[in-house]
Amino acid sequence: MIKTMALFALSIFMLVACGEAGDAQLEKNASSETEAVESAASETAGNDGLGVGPVKSVTIGALDAAMAKEGEDLFTKNCTACHKIEAKFVGPALAGVTERRKPEWIMNMIMNPEQMVKEDPVAKELLAEFLAPMANQHITEEQARKIVEYFRQVDSK
Amino acid sequence: MKTKLFLILALALSIVLTGCDSDGGKGSKAGMVGSNAAEKVYVAPGEHDEFYAFLSGGFSGQVSVYGLPSGRLFKVIPVFSQDGEKGYGYNEETKPMLETSHGFVPWDDSHHPELSQTDGVPDGRFLFINGNNTPRIAKIDLRTFETTEIIEIPNSAGNHSSPFTTENSEYLVAGTRFSIPITETDVSVKEYAAKFQGMLTFVSVSPDEVGDMEIDFQILMPGFDYDLAHSGKGPSHGWTFFTTYNTEKASTMKEVNASQNDKDFIAAVNWKKAQEYVKAGKFHTMPSNYLNNEYSDHTHSATSKKMTSTRVLIPSECPGLVYYLPTPKSPHGVDVDPSGEYIVGNGKLSADLTVHSYSKMIKAIEAKAFEKEIDGIPVLKYDQVVAGVVEKPGLGPLHTEFDGKGYAYTTFFISSEVVKWKLGTWEIVDRIPSYYSVGHLMIPGGDSRKPWGKYLVSLNKITKDRYLPTGPELAHSAQLYDISGDKMELLLDFPTIGEPHYAQAIAADIIKDKSLKYYKLDDNKHPHAVKNEKDTRVERKGNEVHVYLTSIRSHFAPDWVEGVKLGDVVYFHLTNLEQDWDVPHGFAVKGANNAELLVMPGQTETLKWIPKAVGVFPMYCTDFCSALHQEMQGYVRVHPANANVKLSWGLNEVEKQEK
Repeated sequence: MIKTMALFALSIFMLVACGEAGDAQLEKNASSETEAVESAASETAGNDGLGVGPVKSVTIGALDAAMAKEGEDLFTKNCTACHKIEAKFVGPALAGVTERRKPEWIMNMIMNPEQMVKEDPVAKELLAEFLAPMANQHITEEQARKIVEYFRQVDSK
Repeated sequence: MKTKLFLILALALSIVLTGCDSDGGKGSKAGMVGSNAAEKVYVAPGEHDEFYAFLSGGFSGQVSVYGLPSGRLFKVIPVFSQDGEKGYGYNEETKPMLETSHGFVPWDDSHHPELSQTDGVPDGRFLFINGNNTPRIAKIDLRTFETTEIIEIPNSAGNHSSPFTTENSEYLVAGTRFSIPITETDVSVKEYAAKFQGMLTFVSVSPDEVGDMEIDFQILMPGFDYDLAHSGKGPSHGWTFFTTYNTEKASTMKEVNASQNDKDFIAAVNWKKAQEYVKAGKFHTMPSNYLNNEYSDHTHSATSKKMTSTRVLIPSECPGLVYYLPTPKSPHGVDVDPSGEYIVGNGKLSADLTVHSYSKMIKAIEAKAFEKEIDGIPVLKYDQVVAGVVEKPGLGPLHTEFDGKGYAYTTFFISSEVVKWKLGTWEIVDRIPSYYSVGHLMIPGGDSRKPWGKYLVSLNKITKDRYLPTGPELAHSAQLYDISGDKMELLLDFPTIGEPHYAQAIAADIIKDKSLKYYKLDDNKHPHAVKNEKDTRVERKGNEVHVYLTSIRSHFAPDWVEGVKLGDVVYFHLTNLEQDWDVPHGFAVKGANNAELLVMPGQTETLKWIPKAVGVFPMYCTDFCSALHQEMQGYVRVHPANANVKLSWGLNEVEKQEK
């Protein structure tokens, strides 16, 4: 009997010991979750609205029509299965996107969607709303810049 | 009582400590409950194996890809058999891969995987494997892990001694295990001895990234059974060795009648000499019907080429082309050591293991030390070519591989063991049982100039009680041994697909970084590809309806089609618009008499569908692709044959109709 009790007590100890470590881990995750939600509320906190990814800074000048045309072709080929300009589809409608988001954010969303929906507060909220994570179509930085130019042209009209 | 309690406490405490092992057991002895073997094969979750191993599927006709040392199965590559899982041999693009001169052959018996080599070392470009039943050799591209070429071997039967590469994959070989009347005609089997012949085929491989296979020449041989082969290396580069049995030329009850002679032969073929004879025009052009099927990564489609003749050399007309090395007794495997000097004849009915010397063979040829000739082929004197004999190593030797450290390892089927012996002294240094009845064995790079002599895999014919029983049919088994020390140590059993004959393995680093992640849509040259939703459409050509559709997470475009009529033959040409790794989409339609499509990112595949009834038939994505995968579905409406309807299709607000 003593034997059994001793073993029982020890097993409890083992569970508690492992459980505590586990809980600590969970709490840590939970707190970082809270932080993320808070920063989402303030929109631009964390990355100044630049998003997360390779694009840190983009220079925007006068609208380049040739570049926008190339951007439109790229958009038609790679994006239109899920995005429309005027209407919400699989993903959000893109009219006005250059007014809502910085060009760096748009390019990072195109080029680095996996990390964006995990780490960028705005992208996280969009995933929660649309549920379909944006597909990575392996667009280069140069191509993404052209797509931004196309969006600028759309928004300028 | 107290002592006992103390012991229990100590034990429980140790469980507590190991139970909470903080680093997840990775690289730590704690948590492995003291099992050294378990630790050696443990590849932690998320970690990669050290070797890729390619195991033949035997009567499954396929190749399976495992990791070593974990024994984890990564992929079954469809090669000679239709595979519903991947649509291989069912979709329109890959059907031509299984075409032969005998028509569509959806199955074979695949035996010997062989990695391409450069300078006698596996280079990770291609894997080749033979089809035994309807003689063929297949090539698998190790960037995509897909079968990209199959060449049929004409004037052949039982393509067993194949493919066994030369040192720079100049050639793959194919020998007839079953001699036949050549040219093929109906002759009484009783006339075997007089009228049946063997054929040794040399298939060239282009040295570029395509690795195009072509039959360069064939050699017409006496009607023995040509069982296995290996090519020379280093000094013996330029030669290929084939074992023979049934030198008795028995045509019936071979179990007894093909086991009469004390010695059969290893045929040594000087293929560089053969090239000279071909160049000098000493060949006969033989009408030969065979197909060469090639798959393109650009069109994502296979095409069959009809071939009509081969160049045949006859040894009696070509002195120095072939010699016979007498070898006891019905030798099975023939294996050349890493130095290229020793040629091991695994005489499966012999009490001893015979090892020939390449340098002695050359001297014997120069000295014309012949005991006789058979059909113009000199038989060298046994004592002039033998290097040594491993005495009484076991019962039923089949195959030998090498560790690159001066040792050879031979399998013994009857005594069910692997025996390690020393090259040069021929002494036996270790033996270990296999469970049960081992056939082939494989050391990574073990038939090359530079083996990775760390592990050995035995490929066993009988499993019996090793796993939970699964009715009368049991999994075949592979066993992993550690051969890094003096003594071999059994580490792991793992079940295999079909029957593994031979296998090959290569350091993972050579292949893994070259592995393709997706096909570029821009490079897609499939004639029925559509590269954006705007171009999706449905077209009628008589009673053929072609649906050009696309997939992306998570919808098809179009996702409804109406206007198909009973009697129509529908072709769904599906292009997967995804441009990311690990996002295939599947496609299935109710009542299809073939299989699904499984379309890789950037690829186009076609499913043929003949509806049998009027109604509305769902189609859907079969490969879970996103949170909205269950929504990835659509409908095809089938009208009566005489309905006066036009084709229409659409997606969401887009709706189109044929003109």
